[in-house]
Amino acid sequence: MSKLLIDLYTSALRIRLTEQEISARYSQNRMRCPTHLSIGQEGVAAAVGLALRNDDFAVSTHRAHAHYLGKGGNLNTMMAEIYGKKTGCSGGHGGSMHLSDLSCGFIGSTSIVGNSIPIGVGLGLSIQLNETDQVSCIYFGDGSVEEGAFYESVNYAAVRNLPVLFMCENNFFSVYSPLDVRQPKDRKIHEMVRAMGVRSDVGDGNDTLGIYNKVSDTVKEMRNGKGPFFWEFYTYRHLEHCGPNWDDNLGYRSEVEVKEWLGKDPLVKLKNDLISNGVTEQTINEIKLKLVAEINVAFDFAENSEFPTMEESYKSEYK
Amino acid sequence: MKRSIPFSKAINEAIHIAMEKSKSVICFGLGANDPKRIFGTTEGLVEKFGESRVFDMPTSENGMTGVGVGASLNGIRPIMIHQRLDFFLYALDQVVNSAAKWYFMFGLKKSAPITIRLIIGHGWGQGPTHSQNLQSWFAHIPGLKVVMPTSADDAKGLLLSSVFDENPVIFLEHRWLHNVHSEVPEEYYEIPIGKAKIVSEGSDITIVSYSYMTLEATHAAKVLKKYGISCEIVDLRTIRPLDWETVFTSVKKTGKLLALDSSSPFASVASEIVSRVCLDIFDSLKMSPLRITQPDYASPSSFGLTKHYYRGAKEIVMEVCKAFGVNPDDNDLTELEKKPHDVPGDWFKGPF
Repeated sequence: MSKLLIDLYTSALRIRLTEQEISARYSQNRMRCPTHLSIGQEGVAAAVGLALRNDDFAVSTHRAHAHYLGKGGNLNTMMAEIYGKKTGCSGGHGGSMHLSDLSCGFIGSTSIVGNSIPIGVGLGLSIQLNETDQVSCIYFGDGSVEEGAFYESVNYAAVRNLPVLFMCENNFFSVYSPLDVRQPKDRKIHEMVRAMGVRSDVGDGNDTLGIYNKVSDTVKEMRNGKGPFFWEFYTYRHLEHCGPNWDDNLGYRSEVEVKEWLGKDPLVKLKNDLISNGVTEQTINEIKLKLVAEINVAFDFAENSEFPTMEESYKSEYK
Repeated sequence: MKRSIPFSKAINEAIHIAMEKSKSVICFGLGANDPKRIFGTTEGLVEKFGESRVFDMPTSENGMTGVGVGASLNGIRPIMIHQRLDFFLYALDQVVNSAAKWYFMFGLKKSAPITIRLIIGHGWGQGPTHSQNLQSWFAHIPGLKVVMPTSADDAKGLLLSSVFDENPVIFLEHRWLHNVHSEVPEEYYEIPIGKAKIVSEGSDITIVSYSYMTLEATHAAKVLKKYGISCEIVDLRTIRPLDWETVFTSVKKTGKLLALDSSSPFASVASEIVSRVCLDIFDSLKMSPLRITQPDYASPSSFGLTKHYYRGAKEIVMEVCKAFGVNPDDNDLTELEKKPHDVPGDWFKGPF
């Protein structure tokens, strides 16, 4: 148990510390692209990433750092990508919103809301046609389920019984628009999807171990041909939609609400779980120190890498 | 061995051959397995290759395009089909933001080798949302290839090239070409994407054309010959990448240009041809370039209105004669009119 908890904590903390460092350095203007941080939402990324195999596929959205790192992505190349360097995981062509690393099955993250959902279903179709036991995981937020592409994709995954894991992180906001101006009050996303013919369930997105146990079971079933599954996890974004700062001065969410969610921080819960499982403070500190060193190396790598040049990086419009 | 078969049969044959050649080729679209089989172009496929590789689909143009793109990222080569181009406008997100961008956006690691067949309606009251020619939209997007064959043999060879190309290809079929016959080899062959064809050689004027308008140009050229005007017809075959070399070589030879287009004029393929010829080889021109397109308003449905909407051989002859100071014979012009104007031939009995 404690080995698993340590792995989950290490993954979640790597994401947290990386994004805190991005937040701290962003105003230096050397990361010159929009960044959407997942601070507060690390639970799903850490848990699902560990529940999946390296050769399972994943696609994600504009808010993809956490999913990329959780799935086993390379920290150095992610940071280089955010810095727009040629050593980046997308050759510096994509930036923060377009991460891709085929070596860990992270096929790509795209920045148009809902856009990567059909792509993930198509990867599921390719798995079925190739008769392998992989799973295709699609990370998205509550805003994505308002796009037509989402319904089209869920429908097709159900029609064809594809091995697609729909992973909805419901953080209650699409940019600054709250859920209640976008969806009817009493409707639950996971219930709606169940009515479309895809098995579904809901859970606490800040309970990392809980997510891991639930999703591991789902993935096991999927490998045995039980078809698609939709998970909705409630979680909360601590910082602004896009950028490195707190934005609670805007008043679009209540102080009480923010405070309540900060108290449910997935990292705090993981740490408490570790301690109650007998892991010492010293071990936890050692994990943190190791990660800080790793992150410093990644930022140095990114800062010291070269920018791509058009002549060497863009050889042709076509493959 | 060559034999004369229609364009639609050549398309069907190309898909059969592609699916035999590679297990990774799949074929899908709304109606792919219905009794009409998309104007016969998917005939016999599901029987031979099974429902996992040849399938009908939900009415979800955008989502299913993304599904095709996603599958293409893991070794599958999808051929996706839409009975009308207009339906595909739902899918602009997936074709522009996903298929066309993947190769560049992710550092040239993986491209999306999907082929999308779009059929363009014409005549028989197809009207404003069943007969749009939006090739210049697709050609505007870096990363897409846009193919528009005219003859049955080109259709087969270009479709095979498209399916085995590593990039996303928009393959546009004009409905009125579906029953046009030509000599087509039986075996596998590819016609290279991006290579234009000189349909007929001439010395007085270059007519740059593609798809259905090439047939109209051919009819017009025969009449113009009677008046001593020798036309060189360049059939583009591919809109992007466009074979500028062939276009420029021909214009340098004749010194005159007529660009034809089956779409409306603003930012059309014809305007791009005129623009590039003026920008790059202006000195070769002996007169201002000419252009014939459809009018700059939506395609009407009414039999009465379409008579004056679609442009063809008659308009080409009138335009060229005017430029050469020749008065065409009224009988010749009447001969060039289609009767009735809204069907491709007597064989066509509707409904679409």
